[in-house]
Amino acid sequence: MTSVPGIVAVVLVTVATLAIGTWGLRFSRTTSDFFVASRTVRPGLNASAIGGEYLSAASFLGVAGLVLVFGADMLWYPVGWTAGYLVLLVLVAAPLRRSGAYTLPDFAEARLGSRRVRSLCSALVVGIGWLYLLPQFQGAGITLAATIGAPTWLGAVIVAAVVLINVTSGGMRSITFVQAFQYWLKLTALLIPACVLLAVWVGDGAPNPADAAAPGDAFWSLPLGDGGAQGLYVTYSLIIATFLGTMGLPHVVVRFYTNPDGRAARRTTLVVLGLLGVFYLLPPVYGALGRLYASDQAVGASDTLVLELPRLMVPGLGGELLTGMVTAGAFAAFLSTSSGLTIAVAGVLSQDVASKRLSGITAFRAAGVVAVVVPCAVAIAAPDVGVARTVGLAFAVAASTFCPLLLLGIWWRGLTAAGAVAGLLVGGIGSGCAVGWTLLTNATTGWAAVLLGQPAAWSVPASLATMVVVSRLTRARIPAHAGRFMVRLHTPEAVDLQR
Amino acid sequence: MSEPGRPARVRVTGPPRRRTSGVRPTASREIDADTELGAVYMSSLLGEQLRLAAGVLVALGLTVGVLPLVFHLFPHLSEVRVAGVPVPWLLLGVLVYPWLLALGWIYVRRAEANERDFIDLVDDPETP
Repeated sequence: MTSVPGIVAVVLVTVATLAIGTWGLRFSRTTSDFFVASRTVRPGLNASAIGGEYLSAASFLGVAGLVLVFGADMLWYPVGWTAGYLVLLVLVAAPLRRSGAYTLPDFAEARLGSRRVRSLCSALVVGIGWLYLLPQFQGAGITLAATIGAPTWLGAVIVAAVVLINVTSGGMRSITFVQAFQYWLKLTALLIPACVLLAVWVGDGAPNPADAAAPGDAFWSLPLGDGGAQGLYVTYSLIIATFLGTMGLPHVVVRFYTNPDGRAARRTTLVVLGLLGVFYLLPPVYGALGRLYASDQAVGASDTLVLELPRLMVPGLGGELLTGMVTAGAFAAFLSTSSGLTIAVAGVLSQDVASKRLSGITAFRAAGVVAVVVPCAVAIAAPDVGVARTVGLAFAVAASTFCPLLLLGIWWRGLTAAGAVAGLLVGGIGSGCAVGWTLLTNATTGWAAVLLGQPAAWSVPASLATMVVVSRLTRARIPAHAGRFMVRLHTPEAVDLQR
Repeated sequence: MSEPGRPARVRVTGPPRRRTSGVRPTASREIDADTELGAVYMSSLLGEQLRLAAGVLVALGLTVGVLPLVFHLFPHLSEVRVAGVPVPWLLLGVLVYPWLLALGWIYVRRAEANERDFIDLVDDPETP
């Protein structure tokens, strides 16, 4: 089934992305431009860029499909992804900007004065980044297969190539414009078809989706999985992973360094909260309509619901055009999230690995190639495990490692390098084993599967407690500059102090 | 017309009694020197910001965070409908987003006010 609007949409988004990236290139001159856009991005533009980067394949395709199949408990995904920004706003936004570091490993090294902590953080950034890139590439394959009947590897390769061209040519400066554009593209591409589909639904007499006979009847409007104690555990673990994991995602954190100062970082985050809230009103609409119009094809390919629904509800050319529109939005989602992740991973790789042999921008470009090619190859080789699920695991790992490091590093003077290493290892190994187990097996019943499939509720407290206890035991080795660093993190830039 | 022997009149001024710029206020010197007084200034700012953050997070936990527990204890709530929409959908699909934005807005206003107070305190030359 070859769809002309689908092909046109993919080509248009790709061309627009490359064109805006090239236009942004005129402003990219220095190494600082490449990494953090020389820290001159205003809150409105920066918030659009953060929204564009953050709304990934999981938000655009995954949520609607999950809501269709599993019902109201899946609404916790978008709620958690948004609330994560509120937690980030109140606990880390301004101090993180004021720390003056480029990346998470930079922050860890500056705060704790330890190369070991830095190396560990670099490894974690690369791991989380690749775990998050994997479903983006897989989602691109699914999308092209569903809309224009292309082989599944083609979508992954196209996204990887466009990201690589954009990132290696313009770095952060040009990516900021691209991603701001892509937030508004994604919102439009989901909003207009949603309005048309709602009009069709009203024309059909507006039947109530909650009354439709479809899979999972008994619990569809109960926001607790299949109910019971396991459902309660899974829901709370998901809440912990998403609320606390957002602050530890490498591509989110790197965006905060592009703000001019701490106050702008806060205001940017507030605008992001608004932009995400508007966007996340839409995927549940698709999920609910899917229950009425697409319930027969649900369980098998839930990730393609958003792409299939317009065709099922609007026959003929109108449906094809709407499908083309959502395809464009989905493609924008893959491109923007992958670009942000690639910048973050490449930034770390180039600083910690490549810079020993290559200089500045050359090292960044070489690292960009490695950052894209590895997860792209894995995405083509590995089986599909569900877009939102893999992204959920990346959140769990981030919440178990960088969240405790940032919280204690910013608010507690007593954190030591030994404590940070121990906590990162406990959280990283614990959640990492859970991820590996979940990706390799497919069991979802029984307490063992539940505890490993959604590890955040035990791995985050374990990591936090380890950091505190080991830091207390090694309190003689609190870094000498800890007090000065706290001054830098928390005092407004307007005050004249030694930082 | 000038008379020889008498110098022209010149305006004579003294040095300003109080220098208005160039002197660093005492409080920021205390913080830079990491004295006990400087530590008090810093911990007052940190405590204020941390209390504010904790307040917002508690508000988040008591509203959004308790919802799973409420639905676990009272599963029949999910069958209640407002204008045809099940209550969980209304809460988690719509109402939660303006609430998160409102919490964020309150936080940003208060945090900036705390920082203004700190600037006034530290930049004021009269502060000991």
